[in-house]
Amino acid sequence: MKIAVTAQDKSLDSEFDSRFGRCKYFVIIDLDTEEYRVEQNEATIAVGGAGVKSAQFLANCGVDAVITGHVGPNASRALEAAGIKVFIMESGTVRDAVTAYKEGKLTRASGATTDSHTGLNMS
Amino acid sequence: MIISVASGKGGTGKTTVAVNLALTLTETETVCFVDCDVEEPNAHLFLKPVLEGSVEVTVPVPIVDEEKCNGCGRCGEICAFNAILPLGKHVLTFPELCHGCGGCTLLCPASAIQEEPLEIGVVEWGQAGSVSHIHGRLNIGSPLAPPLVKAVKNHAENKPERAISIIDSPPGTSCPVVASVSGSDFCLLVTEPTPFGLHDLTLAVDMVRELQVPFGVVINRAGLGNGGLVDYCKAENIHILAEIPFDRKYAKCYAKGGHLVHEFPEIKRVFQDLWHAICVTTDRV
Repeated sequence: MKIAVTAQDKSLDSEFDSRFGRCKYFVIIDLDTEEYRVEQNEATIAVGGAGVKSAQFLANCGVDAVITGHVGPNASRALEAAGIKVFIMESGTVRDAVTAYKEGKLTRASGATTDSHTGLNMS
Repeated sequence: MIISVASGKGGTGKTTVAVNLALTLTETETVCFVDCDVEEPNAHLFLKPVLEGSVEVTVPVPIVDEEKCNGCGRCGEICAFNAILPLGKHVLTFPELCHGCGGCTLLCPASAIQEEPLEIGVVEWGQAGSVSHIHGRLNIGSPLAPPLVKAVKNHAENKPERAISIIDSPPGTSCPVVASVSGSDFCLLVTEPTPFGLHDLTLAVDMVRELQVPFGVVINRAGLGNGGLVDYCKAENIHILAEIPFDRKYAKCYAKGGHLVHEFPEIKRVFQDLWHAICVTTDRV
């Protein structure tokens, strides 16, 4: 099972990024092998539809769930169609996110948790 | 002849200049007023046209037949706006992100994509005295101003050939402004002598130079602020074609929806001189 965490930098100890579509990096962790890899998010600078593009990227990576701070309506629809579950966290590192996920402490989002363009105003 | 009125900074007096220039010209010319600020058209508050007609404006958005889709993902790859998301043979579309370019429909190897019209707003027209008035109104929530701006301008092209079209542009230097100003014979950049006015004027100057539209500057609220604006225009060899003084009585007239050129003879002279300066600059003497 693979999960992605939205992150501000490139390691397990980096701060997580509360933006989904325009997060800086995705840290993708394979929970079975404990291996992880880091992908720069090309949608950060998208002119529009950053959430959709990020969802597509995660779908192509074969991710089962994503941990982030907020998802907008388009991202939510895209992630749901791609079968990617969304878990919400407020703050912490990527490692904190993985630990909280394993312990079942994160809330699963159903639908959008914020309006469109939230991430544009947070950079 | 097409004269566009743009600004950079918002609230500098584009509509004031456009409306009063139009009213000045009606004495000698056939005038068509084209309000391209489709997100917030307001020239009608001053010209008070009687609207005679309207037409819906649409952009084509994709509809995918998943039975025909072969799951190649080409549509998602070429969409610059992330408006179509292929997940295998399940394809999601996001009409509000779509700019209606038709690329996905054209490139789909399985011909699985059809287009249907999505309404983005309306073009309305009418008569304000001798002035033909045209404006666009973008639907609330639609981000697609440029196609509506182009539709408004296309409608204006049906007017008599010798008419002078005055285009009231949106503020800023983004796509809707480029769509408004492109193709003009001359552009008036309205600004004010403040640091903000100067800063945004420099962006607008870069834009009109890129578009290769001849231009000049109109200073509104002259006497306010500082001299940085005049120094900039001198250094860049930009002509200041008119100045409207900063005076409470002009603001009062504007706030009532009045016409400066009809209430104040000194302002009428400013606009007559402005028109003369435009004619000299564009060799229309």
